[in-house]
Amino acid sequence: MLLKNENAALLGGGTNLLDLMKEHVSNPNELIDISGLDLGAIKQSSIGISLGATAKNTDTANHPTVRKDFPMLSKAILAGASAQIRNMATNGGNLLQRTRCSYFYDIAMPCNKRQPGSGCAAMEGFNRMHAIFGWSNKCVAVYPSDMAVALSALRASVRVLQPDGNLRNIAFDDFHLLPGSQPEKDNSLKRGELITSIEIPKNELAAHSSYIKVRDRNSYAFALVSVATGLEIKEGRINAAHISLGGVAHKPWRAFKAEAYLKGKTPSQANFRKAAEMEMASAKPLSQNKFKVQMAENCIVKGLELALKG
Amino acid sequence: MKNNKTLLSPEERKLFGDLMPEELEEVLTSGFNRRHFLKLMGLATSGMLASHLIGAEQLFARAATIEEIPDLIPEAIENGIHVNFKVNSTERKVLVDSRMTLLDTLRERIGLTGSKKGCDHGQCGACTVIVNGNRVLSCLTLAASCEGKSVITIEGLAKGSELNPMQAAFLKHDGFQCGFCTPGQICSAVALMKEAKEGQASFITGDIRDQKQGLLLSDEEISERMSGNICRCGAYPNIVDAIKEAQSGKNVEQNWLYAG
Repeated sequence: MLLKNENAALLGGGTNLLDLMKEHVSNPNELIDISGLDLGAIKQSSIGISLGATAKNTDTANHPTVRKDFPMLSKAILAGASAQIRNMATNGGNLLQRTRCSYFYDIAMPCNKRQPGSGCAAMEGFNRMHAIFGWSNKCVAVYPSDMAVALSALRASVRVLQPDGNLRNIAFDDFHLLPGSQPEKDNSLKRGELITSIEIPKNELAAHSSYIKVRDRNSYAFALVSVATGLEIKEGRINAAHISLGGVAHKPWRAFKAEAYLKGKTPSQANFRKAAEMEMASAKPLSQNKFKVQMAENCIVKGLELALKG
Repeated sequence: MKNNKTLLSPEERKLFGDLMPEELEEVLTSGFNRRHFLKLMGLATSGMLASHLIGAEQLFARAATIEEIPDLIPEAIENGIHVNFKVNSTERKVLVDSRMTLLDTLRERIGLTGSKKGCDHGQCGACTVIVNGNRVLSCLTLAASCEGKSVITIEGLAKGSELNPMQAAFLKHDGFQCGFCTPGQICSAVALMKEAKEGQASFITGDIRDQKQGLLLSDEEISERMSGNICRCGAYPNIVDAIKEAQSGKNVEQNWLYAG
């Protein structure tokens, strides 16, 4: 159906799509409700855990195995939206959220993401909430999901059903895209593809992980900066550091430089600070969001400290 | 309401022409409705009807005969869908436009106007209802997706004249001022009780890995878990007290007194 009608859209929880339709940002002429599909299971898999695409965010965050083995993910989901919205929103839909850039939402304003070629009003406009990494001269929007920031840190992958009936796996780093010259493309899904599940490999981070989120109000607000952190510690040294940032880029921002620096180091405050500084050295803030650079650096340090403490 | 078309008396017409000229055309073409009535009440309380007493009297009498909106005519809907679902224990079969939200269906088609339309964009929580036991936003739910489901609104919480304990607690603790967000707050709080009983975690729950049922929520936990319901009047401390009392089953001291 998605291939037959290029103006059709899939309906999950509707918490983002219906809002976008009311604002005339999305204008599908047909909605296909996929909540009846058998994709709602959260179950153990051969590699770790499989989160069904239509499982609700609430059920995912509260699943006993997720809470026990992937507490960072529970925490990230619970940091997002409100109880009502988490009861409605699906896992697949969470990954496909559109940016909350106010110019994207305002159809009277130019926006390359909504209307390719119309320009970017945020570039010289109100860009306090916008990107400090990976933006292009076409788009400076940030990606809004909290859940996805944890999934990035957890090295998840997205399982996708293709129109020919075959499944393919997309590594999480490759799922969401930077804006580049095509900011209208949020992710690497092709027309006619359907997310069936999110796969998370087993890890040893549960005792040493954290999710922190800084926002304009204490609850029910999008992140200025968030960070998901996990530390794998062996014999007093960091075997692997998992760090992803939210609220700073067009996709969950894997802190590759900080992760690389920390590998093999002792988990000390000084090393955490150095790693955070190295990551933030390449940040390119806009006119109104310079504060995010220091904020993100501090968040990385704080996140690592919390993860270490467990 | 179509019965009222063009049937305004000269006095009524004069009242509209003088005091609500922008409404006259609408009244003549589609009748006198609840909104006109509310506007009229506003004028009455500000003393502006003094010079139009006869017209006002006739209009107030007319208000008593305001009918519920009749069933939609299937041919008049572009993409009508019959939805069978349960609302406050009553089985309903409603014909809706496929684009209609649950909120509009409850308010405009079933006549349950307790659920409020605040922002209509999922940001305020005034439209919160309980679907299959879980609190959701009816403004972002399509009625067409409710087939076979069970919906509870603020109208369905009391048992006859006996208030739901949460409603009683909101009254006792004055958990509102203007009252517009209250139906959503109460529905949200009722569902929150179930979540706490099941042991659902929140963002501020200390150790996510520690899984217990039957949680007794602190003030901070209640605030975090109720953050999806905005109260413009700022009655939050009283709302927290009300929920705390209903949840604990123990008396929580009222923090307000009558003046004088």
